[in-house]
Amino acid sequence: MSPTWAGLAQVGLLLLALAVVYKPLGDYMARVFTSARHLRLEKAVYRVGRVDPDSEQHWKTYAASVLAFSFVSVVLLYLIQRLQHLLPFDFGRTASPGVAFNTAISFVTNTNWQSYVPETTMGHAVQMLGLTVQNFVSAAVGLAVAMALVRGFVRAKTDRLGNFWVDLTRGTVRVLLPLAFVFAIVLIALGVVQSLKSGVDVTNPDGSVSRIALAPAASQEAIKELGTNGGGIFNANSAHPFENPSSWTNLIEIFLLTVIPVCLTRTFGVLVGNKRQGTVLLTVMGVLWGGMLTVIWWAESHPNGPLALLAGGAMEGKEVRFGIAGSALFANATTSTSTGAVNSMHDSFSGLGGGGTLLNMMFGELSPGGVGSGLYSMLVVAIIAMFLAGLMVGRTPEYLGKKLGKREVTCAAVAILAMPTVLLLGTGAALLMPDTAGALNNPGAHGFSEVLYAYTSASNNNGSAFAGITVTNDWFQSTLGLCMAFGRFVPITAVLCLAGSLAVQRKVPETAGTLPTTGPLFATMLVGTVVLVAALTFIPALALGPIAEALA
Amino acid sequence: MTTTVTRTPEEETRRHVEHAGRVGAGVFSPGQLVSSLPGALRKLGPRHQARNPVMFVVWVGSLLATVLAIGDPGVFSIGTALWLWFTVLFASLAEAVAEGRGKAQAETLRRTKKDTVARRLRADGSQERVPGADLRIGDLVVVEAGDVIPGDGDVVEGIATVDESAITGESAPVIRESGGDRSAVTGGTTVLSDRIVVKISARPGESFVDRMIALVEGAQRQKTPNEIALTILLSTLTIIFLLAVVALQPMAAFAGSRQSVIVLTALLVCLIPTTIGALLSAIGIAGMDRLVQRNVLATSGRAVEAAGDVSTLLLDKTGTITFGNRRATELIPVGQSTVQDLARAARLSSLADGTPEGRSIVELCATEHGLPASPSEHERGGEFVEFSAQTRMSGVDLDGTSVRKGAASAVTAWAGQDVLPEVDEIVERISSEGGTPLVVAEGTVIRGVVRLSDVVKPGMRERFGELRAMGIRTVMITGDNPLTAKAIAGQAGVDDFLAEAKPEDKMALIKKEQEGGRLVAMTGDGTNDAPALAQADVGVAMNTGTMAAKEAGNMVDLDSNPTKLIEIVEIGKQLLITRGALTTFSIANDLAKYFAILPAMFAGIHPQLGRLDIMALHSPSSAILSAVIFNALIIVALIPLALRGVRYRPADARSLLRRNLLIYGLGGIVTPFVGIWLIDLLVRLIPGM
Repeated sequence: MSPTWAGLAQVGLLLLALAVVYKPLGDYMARVFTSARHLRLEKAVYRVGRVDPDSEQHWKTYAASVLAFSFVSVVLLYLIQRLQHLLPFDFGRTASPGVAFNTAISFVTNTNWQSYVPETTMGHAVQMLGLTVQNFVSAAVGLAVAMALVRGFVRAKTDRLGNFWVDLTRGTVRVLLPLAFVFAIVLIALGVVQSLKSGVDVTNPDGSVSRIALAPAASQEAIKELGTNGGGIFNANSAHPFENPSSWTNLIEIFLLTVIPVCLTRTFGVLVGNKRQGTVLLTVMGVLWGGMLTVIWWAESHPNGPLALLAGGAMEGKEVRFGIAGSALFANATTSTSTGAVNSMHDSFSGLGGGGTLLNMMFGELSPGGVGSGLYSMLVVAIIAMFLAGLMVGRTPEYLGKKLGKREVTCAAVAILAMPTVLLLGTGAALLMPDTAGALNNPGAHGFSEVLYAYTSASNNNGSAFAGITVTNDWFQSTLGLCMAFGRFVPITAVLCLAGSLAVQRKVPETAGTLPTTGPLFATMLVGTVVLVAALTFIPALALGPIAEALA
Repeated sequence: MTTTVTRTPEEETRRHVEHAGRVGAGVFSPGQLVSSLPGALRKLGPRHQARNPVMFVVWVGSLLATVLAIGDPGVFSIGTALWLWFTVLFASLAEAVAEGRGKAQAETLRRTKKDTVARRLRADGSQERVPGADLRIGDLVVVEAGDVIPGDGDVVEGIATVDESAITGESAPVIRESGGDRSAVTGGTTVLSDRIVVKISARPGESFVDRMIALVEGAQRQKTPNEIALTILLSTLTIIFLLAVVALQPMAAFAGSRQSVIVLTALLVCLIPTTIGALLSAIGIAGMDRLVQRNVLATSGRAVEAAGDVSTLLLDKTGTITFGNRRATELIPVGQSTVQDLARAARLSSLADGTPEGRSIVELCATEHGLPASPSEHERGGEFVEFSAQTRMSGVDLDGTSVRKGAASAVTAWAGQDVLPEVDEIVERISSEGGTPLVVAEGTVIRGVVRLSDVVKPGMRERFGELRAMGIRTVMITGDNPLTAKAIAGQAGVDDFLAEAKPEDKMALIKKEQEGGRLVAMTGDGTNDAPALAQADVGVAMNTGTMAAKEAGNMVDLDSNPTKLIEIVEIGKQLLITRGALTTFSIANDLAKYFAILPAMFAGIHPQLGRLDIMALHSPSSAILSAVIFNALIIVALIPLALRGVRYRPADARSLLRRNLLIYGLGGIVTPFVGIWLIDLLVRLIPGM
């Protein structure tokens, strides 16, 4: 089979697998977040946390709960890292304050940006008690916020959005834990390492001894992808054979990192009572995803160098076992969700291919985006698109029966504004720092792309790295940490405020004058809005990096 | 003496064309640009500009560019600074032109407000002369033929013809009488005949004319909810572009090509949505103005916006859907009588009957049965028996013969007959078809039945079809019984009807619709309509109606034409579409500007970026200046569109969006490529470019 056909077969298998689980998983999640029953395990959690699971929260309380939970998580995660010498399986590894601060924010915000080498920085106890726990709950926070927004559309004349603690617990217990458990076993069966040893010693042909690090990788790998986290237990992340040994595990990991965001569109459709409303969002995500995959794949298969052409494509920085297609597919999937796991070095991608991964994130990560965050980001863009579309059909705008007035537009605007603000200001400020040039592997346009990528990844809570940039100085550790925090919590707060103001409205009935939000016209408008907003905001920056590289 | 609102013959024609249907264009002449220039210059101060966030950024940018151009004078820097100021000026000009049109109308109205002397009635019945401005609410004033009514009020005594042309532009005088729904008079109008006593109902300075002046001048203009929401969106875009440009400088410096501040300012101004930012308030003022041109006064812009959203229209049957009066449409003879016998009897019974129904019977007999339309000398001698609620019939006694027409039971009893099954059947049938049966008897002989029907105005069916396509449900309100109402509703093609409607029923219906999230529009004129008018989202009071009705509604139709509600809805929609279309256009424009400016900025350091210069512009400075000039000129080019509103044809939402996206979205992407390229052809001729 030629590499192209093999690649197409992988894409086909992935889409088939997603199609198979779309309905059952989507419907299941809809039930999870609407059911009145509490599981025994959940009741225990509520008792410990002194939560009345049947009480509901105002949006402000909901938002305060999210923020408080995340703040406490950051503090705890920081302390676990700093005090790891008191924990077992530490192997003498230590995390500096800068690393601990950056990593704490990174894992709590579902970014999983890693400014450290796991094998020498984090012991197994930190990985399992700290980082893996956040892999679950940070994803569950995203789910909870998305569900609160959906309730805003579904409900009418109420100021209650549900209970954050219940949503958080259910998302973890009923959705993430069972899936992660099953797939951890599958990954172990396919050769992913699961070990509590620090490593094994091997004797090299020249007689020297090297230590190859081991870790409880499979259990973390499953949730790393499923929760769109992306923080590898090994430095090489999913390029490492112990994390991602074959093209089969590669495909399974891609499936895992897309499955929840994709199926959430079904959940959305079921909950708003019109499944086609979910299908249209899925279509928009699919068009963006497919389009960008084509660009990246094509760019990597058509490099402009004789050696690369001989290799059948730009193979620098890619694993032979995945090839061009397996790497492009993974790179596209990881940057279009908020995962950030990598199985190849994005820094080595061509100008166009690397630019594609950047643009995926600059869209706001909504094709299909992170767990929960993909859905709510897409809905926010839909609100902006419907505002303009509504005006153009001669009505004060509405979406899903809710009027889009001053408050709704303000919330959507704040949610959209947060990411470009920290991204652009962060990049600009970093370039003014005298140390920055020294932190880069490359000069010129590519060096600029490395800085741009770092801030894009952090501001979008992606966590993938272009690499080629050393981000361990205090400036990068702190500013990237702040970018992650702003990029996550400002939109979340705005989205919850939006949900609150939608929920109190009554529903406007549909008439012939209502713009239908299920057809190709709306899908086109939504794709156009996503692309145009990102393009207009980032063209100047992209022109100096990837575009200049691609045209060179 | 009063002055009338003067209209050119052309305007007059346009008004009538519009009454027939479509939302038409407003007038705009280039001369208005020149005459509004002084007003525009007055708006250039920072306080005025700060009210519009987008234009305020341009204003600050212009100031910055000016300072820089003075510090480092050159063709490029001075040219850019100059055109940035033009951008601000053109935006102010758009607003000034829109306001100017209202000001002219206000001026005409103000002329009606002269110092009048009122004759106030004292408690003892004697009169005193006081200046009109001293009148208080509750004062009684006497107005006689030739006098100008000194203030708004209700007629409490007498009946008079009043010339209201100063307000309505309609030259035919109207009747105003005490009691009932035609008691309201407006200050500034003139009594033509008779004498009335008016109870003043408005303080001086708060009269109807005062409010009209304030409205058309835009003095009370506040941003409407949708305008505020759009401003927030535009401000967000402005902030994004501000960030993009601010962050660009370190990026450019890192790449080794630091940009001059004037270039960055030019880029910023080109990117932020100046086109819609400049035209936004003009669009709002022009929307109100389009209503005024149709003789409708809206008390707030909010009401105009709500009109675009209306999903239920309550229309009174009589006068709106049907002609005001029932008309005779058929003669059905019974027994031995022929149609000719019936026609003769029916005509005779109606000759002296001045009611519209009576006249329509005579007309029918004349046109279809060849009988004379006017009474002969002999027939004039007959004695007319008027209709009364007791007898429920009317007729004539002539030469010993008596003819009567009226309700079936009354006439049959009068003729001393038993009810004939034949008559009964016909009467039943006519009623069920929505008509009114009048039985005609001559002496003791029942001649037959005259059918009176409501005649639906021509074109209504199509109109309601269009409304349905726009997603608007029409509900006919009538006092008729359900059977009759159903028949007429079917004929007119309305979606629903409310029969035997009392004012409370109307109110309940409005509340029910609103409960379901629908916006309701209605017209009304009577005092008992007032609560419903206030409850409705768009309540249009007829100018002939009572003061209470006018106070309760949020619009007043000076022509008192209830059908105009449909046009009001269309104007509301047109206003919103214009906003959306120009916003889309403005944003879509940015793509071409990037293609012009980015290569100009960075082709020096990254020569490959020169390949983005697909317009092949002359030089970096001509490219940037051309983009700035385009950005300014497009505002002027779109002023007529902003004032006129984009073309609106009733259609469903999908086709409207497709059409507008194509024209303003795709057009917005293509237009600046052509425009900037053309401007560059001229700019390159400037020495130093």
